[in-house]
Amino acid sequence: MRTLPAAPPPATAPLERPALRTEHLSAWYGTRQAIRNVNLDLAARRVTAIIGPSGCGKSTALRCLNRMHEVVRGARVAGRVRLGDEDIYGPGVDPVRVRRRIGMVFQKPNPFPMMSIYDNVVAGLRLTGEVPGRQLDAVVERHLRAAALWDEVKDKLRQSGASLSGGQQQRLCIARALAVEPQVLLMDEPCSALDPVATFKIEELIGALKEQYTVVIVTHNMQQASRVSDFTAFLLAGADQVGELVEFGPTGRIFTNPADQRTEDYITGRFG
Amino acid sequence: MIVESARGSLHVASQGERRRHLVDRAMAAVAAGTALVGIVALAWILGYVVWRGAPALGVAFFTERPLPYGEPGGGVGPALVGTLLMLGAAAALSIPLGLGTAIYLAEFGRGPFARVVRFVVDLLAGLPSIVVGVFVWALLVRQVIGHYSGLAGAAALAIVMMPIITRSVEEVLRLVPDGLREGALALGVPRWRTILGVVLPTARIGVVTGLLLALARAGGETAPLLLTALGNQFFNVNLFEPMASLPVQIYTYAVSPYDDWHTKAWGGALVLVLVIGGLNLLARVASRARRL
Amino acid sequence: MRMVVTASADPPAAQLKTRGSAATGDQRFAGLTILMATGALTTFLALATLLAAYSWPSLVRYGPGFLTTTAWDPVFARFGAAHLVYGTLVTSAVALLLATPIAVGTALFVAEYAPDWLGEPVAFLVELLAVIPSIIYGLWGFFVLAPIMRETVEPALQATLGHVPLGGALVAGPAMGRDLLTGGVILALMILPTIMVVAREVFRAVPDTQREGMLALGATHWEAVRYAVLPYVAGGIAGAMGLGLARALGETMAVTMVIGNSSRAISPSLFTPGYTLASAIANQFTEADTPIYFSAIVEVALVLLLVSTLVNLLARLLVARFVRAPAAVSAG
Repeated sequence: MRTLPAAPPPATAPLERPALRTEHLSAWYGTRQAIRNVNLDLAARRVTAIIGPSGCGKSTALRCLNRMHEVVRGARVAGRVRLGDEDIYGPGVDPVRVRRRIGMVFQKPNPFPMMSIYDNVVAGLRLTGEVPGRQLDAVVERHLRAAALWDEVKDKLRQSGASLSGGQQQRLCIARALAVEPQVLLMDEPCSALDPVATFKIEELIGALKEQYTVVIVTHNMQQASRVSDFTAFLLAGADQVGELVEFGPTGRIFTNPADQRTEDYITGRFG
Repeated sequence: MIVESARGSLHVASQGERRRHLVDRAMAAVAAGTALVGIVALAWILGYVVWRGAPALGVAFFTERPLPYGEPGGGVGPALVGTLLMLGAAAALSIPLGLGTAIYLAEFGRGPFARVVRFVVDLLAGLPSIVVGVFVWALLVRQVIGHYSGLAGAAALAIVMMPIITRSVEEVLRLVPDGLREGALALGVPRWRTILGVVLPTARIGVVTGLLLALARAGGETAPLLLTALGNQFFNVNLFEPMASLPVQIYTYAVSPYDDWHTKAWGGALVLVLVIGGLNLLARVASRARRL
Repeated sequence: MRMVVTASADPPAAQLKTRGSAATGDQRFAGLTILMATGALTTFLALATLLAAYSWPSLVRYGPGFLTTTAWDPVFARFGAAHLVYGTLVTSAVALLLATPIAVGTALFVAEYAPDWLGEPVAFLVELLAVIPSIIYGLWGFFVLAPIMRETVEPALQATLGHVPLGGALVAGPAMGRDLLTGGVILALMILPTIMVVAREVFRAVPDTQREGMLALGATHWEAVRYAVLPYVAGGIAGAMGLGLARALGETMAVTMVIGNSSRAISPSLFTPGYTLASAIANQFTEADTPIYFSAIVEVALVLLLVSTLVNLLARLLVARFVRAPAAVSAG
């Protein structure tokens, strides 16, 4: 009797324990609370999308993951965020180290205009000096290729980082973030300032990145979330304007068969 | 990709990182240190003025004229009177000019002429006051009037005050919402009445602030007065004669060889600091209070 | 002192017009304001022209040599202002050298490090330095700073720099306390707030995303400032320094009381007493009893006018380019 070949394990089942896990994460700007009690498992080497209407706290939640939230004066965080075994907010933890392991790409591309493309890519590496000068060329090429930008800029590496188009600038920022070899890459609405063609290129890039990196992407574009992510978290602010996690699960299930009515309302466009 | 377990903990581990954090803290300390320099200098100067100047104050100090050395008493009376008179005369000269120019720039100014006027006002604002002094000295003292006089001093101060008034008032007039102007015009009020009766009163606090700042600046000026009004040890209210002023009196007392006069110089400095400080404080309070 | 960089666009109010008989009242009023505005123009033109006219005899007689020779001999009617120019340059250079790092450091502290409740008062206090009149700086310089320079600072400088090859020339001669160095120090204090206020605006103008981009790569706060903020600010700081220089060039009373006003020597030593263009005018104007002496002094003022106007214009151009709106900067 011929047996059917075993179905491959569902692509959404994580192969390792979560790269990043939040426990009762809450955050404030001064006295105003932005998010409350967010519990997320960010699967290793998968893409997790955080969606929700504007003002729901998704960017805040993202920035808590690499200790960027506290950069704003008066900002405060409670709860735990575990990278592997360690809580990144634990006593004695160095935020500089945390941000090295958990990188970030911002909504509006922010290459350093006073630096060349080459210098932008190695900006993070030059801080620690861990890569000797003669190896930098190879590093630059490797990460520009990883960001799908190498062919477009390889002849103009010495030009200013700001001389590129918006989409190219964003890919440069991705290359720059990757160059310090983080474990996790956080992306805060990376395509919202870009045109559809550039957006498409970056979505392709994200698909390739997840072979090596854990990616967490905040997006207000649901179609993008469903195209790009393996898992989706839906955040919503209640009547008190404080964002909470409503639902979290494999992307396929969230978009076809959400468990919570509010998720379904959002996805079908009843608000937001 | 670097394997997670080989990376080590999130605590500061390497020598390099410790050094980077040390540099970070050191630079913060350096920045704080530089801020301290300015504050210490301020405290030192003001403290010294109070410490050396307070002993000089008294009724006689404010009401008497400077006496020849050896005679007890004496003070800065003529200087106070002179400063008040010259500032008053300077204000009388510079307010119409400054206000008029500001109204022109804010309400009527269009095209190249206005641009030139604005540029020239900025140039005037940047003039060293000694240059203004030389101009008035050359024109009024050496030629037209023929001798040092309070009028020349007032003229010099007026040139110093005018651009400050113009720039402050223009800025404030521009802040008055156009809706107010249009509303008045729609009621049939002519333009000139609108400006004088609606716009200017609305901006009155800003206008007063500009005037206070101009007075504070002119009140502290020494060089132009030295060259124009020269100074006078007697009470004098005649603008056509040389006239004492507080800054010049301070200078005269200071460069003398007598300790007692040095103390009087500090006393005058204390009075000057209080007056100028007071004017500036008033201006600041006023500009915070205004709704515009 | 309030430093205002006014916008140059035509005001919208200029579009409004009335009609009818009220228009003549308007015309007269508008004409009146134009008259006032012309007054401002006339004043400046008169100033520039008259200074040029009165210095004409001296210009003609001494030519460009006026700026390169150091004679100042009323008896034989030989006038050269090179030592005045030299003194102005040296004191301004010393002032900029001392004030800029401190002003930039203070601006950095206020803009990047201090929390708001601390930064605002600190900025306010430093700006107060700009409100103190020049004569009071002169008093303090004369009675407090000069003795300290003479008894402590300058001997210490001689002890340390005197042995270094080039440094020795800088600190040669007797340390009297009232010299070019002290003049420079007092000027530094006076231009400190000017530079700081502009530098602070320059720092504020750097977008937050630049700092955050650097921090997100794992930089310390200082590294973010050094690599993401400072490269942006060079032009603006240059403009700030220019404004400080313009202020220093015109300062008279504070300088004249600490600079010595006695030597015509152009020597590399910072301990030589000297003059600046401004202090010489204040010091000499009562002596100008001959027409040519008078003309020479006016020429000194003319030189000062030209130089300070030029520096002012250049500095404001730089600042306008590198500092964003709102354009009103309050310096106390």
